[in-house]
Amino acid sequence: MSTTATEGTTARKWLLSYPTLMLGVFFVGPFGIMLAVSFFQRVESAFYKPAFVFSNYARLFSSLFLDNLAFSLYLGMLVAVISVSVAFPFTYLLSRMRMRTQTIWLVFLLSVLSLSEVIIAFSWSILLSRTAGVSNLLVWLGLMDHPVGLAPGFTAEVLGYCYLTLPYTVLMLYPSMSRLDPELTEAARTLGASPQRAFFNVVIPAMRQPIVASLILVFVFTLGVYLIPQILGNPEHWTLSVLITDQAVYQSNVPFAAALAVFLLLTSLALILLTFVLGARERIHTAS
Amino acid sequence: MTRTVRNLYFAAVAVFLASPIVVVLGVSLNAKKRLFFPPDGVSLRWYADMLTDAAWRGPIENSLIIATVAGLVATSIALPLAYVLWRHRLLYAKILYGLGIAPFMLPPVITAVGFMVFWAALGHYGQFENVVIAHGIFLVTLPLMTISLGLEALDREMLEAARTMGADEKTTFLTVVLPLVRPYIISGYAFTFVLSMNEYIIAYMVAGFTVETLPIKIFNALRYGYSPVMAAVAVMFVMIAILVFGLIGRFGNLPRLLGRWEPMDR
Repeated sequence: MSTTATEGTTARKWLLSYPTLMLGVFFVGPFGIMLAVSFFQRVESAFYKPAFVFSNYARLFSSLFLDNLAFSLYLGMLVAVISVSVAFPFTYLLSRMRMRTQTIWLVFLLSVLSLSEVIIAFSWSILLSRTAGVSNLLVWLGLMDHPVGLAPGFTAEVLGYCYLTLPYTVLMLYPSMSRLDPELTEAARTLGASPQRAFFNVVIPAMRQPIVASLILVFVFTLGVYLIPQILGNPEHWTLSVLITDQAVYQSNVPFAAALAVFLLLTSLALILLTFVLGARERIHTAS
Repeated sequence: MTRTVRNLYFAAVAVFLASPIVVVLGVSLNAKKRLFFPPDGVSLRWYADMLTDAAWRGPIENSLIIATVAGLVATSIALPLAYVLWRHRLLYAKILYGLGIAPFMLPPVITAVGFMVFWAALGHYGQFENVVIAHGIFLVTLPLMTISLGLEALDREMLEAARTMGADEKTTFLTVVLPLVRPYIISGYAFTFVLSMNEYIIAYMVAGFTVETLPIKIFNALRYGYSPVMAAVAVMFVMIAILVFGLIGRFGNLPRLLGRWEPMDR
């Protein structure tokens, strides 16, 4: 018995050594170095030199950063609210369809979700362009006088973001929606509630926690979008991810970029942990 | 009445999600180089250009190699980790699992900056393998989640039976566990492959100036104006995604893979 136990332990150690090595070197390594560099001193015409200064973090209070942050937060919240409002009824209806239909929709949603941002932005820039865009179709149908170009612009940027986040939101809501007890709505119907009333008075309250969680996670997801603002938006509509990359690659200010990335990391982590806390609290409530 | 509303709603979502793809498809088949509505003649010449022009072939090959190997890196980390976590429920394995899930949930620009300073500190900036490793680590979440799902669906009594019949852990793993979770391993690999093909910012920041992947090539080409070859490449991307996910949907249980709970799971 004791020999098999030791054998098992050795096997486990051996099995975990490779994942430990890979994640230790290539995950902890980069994040650790990034944290260190965020305290380094920038050197003009070179990369940086080791130091322990807070000046990179002090720049988080500059208007360059704060204006950008305010816009990123506003855009993220707007897109999260739009996506969840559209995706919620959609996912509810989808999770009650035939399995085959569900699978086809899931293939479609996954395909859209996996598309590179550059392809999405490029496609939308054509769709919203004056020469080949959708407005030509409206002119042809007689609904508009002359074709208009919307890209680049704020509307185009929001549309591009929603295109990216809508499938993501559906896939976030899908697990909890498919677990929602069908008896819940059936009971409401038996008691005489219309389908709409059952949806608003039973489904939405029961799904309160997944709704809040997906609002937060979609918001975090928007913080990572990088190419859509550059292709579909104007420079005043650029976001935090664009600023970080710009500082790291074009301004060669790697310490400041690292400080910004650490800020983004802590903010995102805090928000993600919040969804876990909300989830745990909800479970306790339901259990008691 | 409700049915009609539902169908209209689904149609609207479908149109929203499909219209950019339809427009790009139209543009890619347009015979003229100038982008104009309505299209003028049908031709496959942009697809031929994509495959013969070295400026596009290089990035296509880069992306295919990176995605193929990054998928292997991610799956090779995920399989032993998910297995030990499921089999032995070690706290240490749980922590490693958390590390594996974390980067994917965070905005990718963070991982991008991390890998950039990492390779720069090692004096190894701009190399091909940087992208492979960065993608493998960033996307390890996907096989980790699919394989864990597959293992959770296994009946632990089967393991007990195998052990009673004298099989050691290795034999049990190879003859019982592995064949049953294989579809989940393949799905995890396929997810990683598709997402690696489409990933931009991490590839750009660890080696963007020396290794041109397909998304980087498209973005670079966009700066110099529009070319119909881009539309052909975009269509190819859509096709790959639909093909891969379609196969998973056809031969696997996609709803379950995406978290649908079924009563028989208990």
